[in-house]
Amino acid sequence: MSAPEQCRIIFRHIDEPGYSNDLACYVRHGGYEILKKSVAMKPEAIVDEVKKSGLRGRGGAGFGCGLKWSLLDRKSGKPVYLIVNADESEPGTFKDRYIIHQDPHQLLEGIMITCFANNVKLAYIYIRGEFPHGARILEKAIAEARAANFVGPNILGTAYGCEIYIHRGAGAYICGEETGLIESLEGKRPNPRIKPPYFPAVLGLYQCPTIVNNVETLCHVKHIADMGGEAFSKIGTPGNTGTRILCVSGHVQHPGYYEFEVGKITMGQLLNDVCGGPLPGRKFKAVIPGGSSAKILKFGERFKGKRKVGAEMVDYDWGVEDVPMDFDSLGMIGTMGGSGGVIVMDDSVNMVEALANINAFYAHESCGQCTPCREGSLWMKKITSRMVHGTARTEDAALLKSVADQIPGRTICAFGEACSWPTQSFLAKFGDEFKQYPETKKAAKPAGALELV
Amino acid sequence: MNLKLETLTKIDEVITHYPEKRSATLPLLHLIQEDVGCIREEAIEWIAQKLGLQPINVYEVVTFYPMFRRQPIGRRHIKVCRTLSCALMGGYKTCETFEQEFNTRAGPTEVSPDGEVTVEFVECLASCGTAPVVLIDDELHQKVDCAKAKQLAAQIKAEAKK
Ligand SMILES: Cc1cc2nc3c(=O)[nH]c(=O)nc-3n(C[C@H](O)[C@H](O)[C@H](O)COP(=O)(O)O)c2cc1C
Ligand code: SF4
Ligand code: FES
Repeated sequence: MSAPEQCRIIFRHIDEPGYSNDLACYVRHGGYEILKKSVAMKPEAIVDEVKKSGLRGRGGAGFGCGLKWSLLDRKSGKPVYLIVNADESEPGTFKDRYIIHQDPHQLLEGIMITCFANNVKLAYIYIRGEFPHGARILEKAIAEARAANFVGPNILGTAYGCEIYIHRGAGAYICGEETGLIESLEGKRPNPRIKPPYFPAVLGLYQCPTIVNNVETLCHVKHIADMGGEAFSKIGTPGNTGTRILCVSGHVQHPGYYEFEVGKITMGQLLNDVCGGPLPGRKFKAVIPGGSSAKILKFGERFKGKRKVGAEMVDYDWGVEDVPMDFDSLGMIGTMGGSGGVIVMDDSVNMVEALANINAFYAHESCGQCTPCREGSLWMKKITSRMVHGTARTEDAALLKSVADQIPGRTICAFGEACSWPTQSFLAKFGDEFKQYPETKKAAKPAGALELV
Repeated sequence: MNLKLETLTKIDEVITHYPEKRSATLPLLHLIQEDVGCIREEAIEWIAQKLGLQPINVYEVVTFYPMFRRQPIGRRHIKVCRTLSCALMGGYKTCETFEQEFNTRAGPTEVSPDGEVTVEFVECLASCGTAPVVLIDDELHQKVDCAKAKQLAAQIKAEAKK
């Protein structure tokens, strides 16, 4: 079966010749009409549409967007804040970058609709420090939108007003984690907060109820406000609605970003039909489906079980190529859709070396608050780098597993899981390669193999 | 501390963006680093005073975030992405090429002997689909293989002579 057509809603104008990131161009393409429509609605009605839409967060966890909004502590009487997570730091993810650079007003319109729906008067866009142009583009877009009365006091002649400000990060991955992000926005080290009690919806920014949503999620809100929750829920598959941007990198012929209805395309269609298959003379070996924290999949392994299709339970027996790219299917086979970053490795890659690369990332990025995470991520890095650059021992596989197994569930934030899942899954699926590594090292490297650590 | 008038204006403006002044710590650090090149002791004390904080509150922020530096670096800052997608496409070779071209080692505090560049091996720059990528000052360069790295290096050297 060949791949379905892309369904470009969020990326409709990305890379379109002649489409520019200024307000005039956006307005020419119908921009801010949906905001105009929305401010004439009751705020609760918009929240209801978002609930009906089934939209799930695109930042990593896939949490229901409408549900998240309904958990806001509105009784406290404190102001409600919106923080837009534009930290885009999960390795393998590169979608928000294009929205910010090429279609910033789409994001701003989504933000303003979200703010109106939740009675937010102050919103911050937390953008990673390595997007200096992105920050400038957003600053300019906000100034344009303010001048046109789409942002600021009394928008579009209503009594409602809302400000948006840009806040730049400074090179730390953990600022992508929502409570770390909040600390960072408060001017501190981005040490994540413990939940409970510090759920952003209750005790977020300045201890006030706060919504944290990803850039792509908020763009979807605009389209939900446009077409209605019900129509949106018909795009994609039940429980996995709408479209999603898949970012493919690594060893394929055509890496890049592709927007599809969620769950309508399989991994095999994506990698073979859309991305042109493996590089000449190579074979796919492994793929990480949702950003580097997601558990790795091995080409050739099979997944069996029962799943719900409509009202019925049916058997499934999938190879990696057969898995639909949605939150639930990827969850069912033991990994996750995460941030949509698909990282492909072919048979030139040695798995010990690939893991050593990933482990170096997590050891560098742990905030250091929790001992299992701080020490564990460092030990995993040290062991795998030693295997590659020093002496490798057969028993290192077991040692790595024991370190990784002692981290998840024992830390303040989900980074603990994120840093141990790669090691756990690489060992579960490519354990032999780790045990054989001392021997592998003695032989010559395969042609085309690159240094990874 | 000698800040440009423009920087001071921006500082006063940005503080108004937050209900609590402390939030302006990162923006102030960015503005000052962009103006004077790095964050010295005096900047830490100046920010603390400006925002009604203790110097330690600012100091701990400076030492946590990789983008803030406490000493000057080369005139051009070359950040090569080290993370997996870039490594799979030759990121390590790209970094090595820059090291050789400028006779230096990659590191956040290393400066090439001619004072021209600092080469740094950084984590994912969120452009993994066009790997390997390199950020030179504010400019992103995509698909930087060894040949392109040499070309970029030659360009930097030529600009330095001017
Ligand atoms: C270690 C870590 C890093 C994260 N990095 C990001 C990120 O870069 N961008 C993002 O949108 N979400 C990131 N998240 C998820 C956020 O914590 C949060 O769930 C998300 O922004 C919520 O938005 P959504 O519901 O729209 O997905 C990260 C989470 C963890 C645990
Ligand atoms: S799990 Fe790691 S990153 Fe998260 S709070 Fe603990 S030490 Fe920090
Ligand atoms: S891995 Fe290099 S940009 Fe993401």
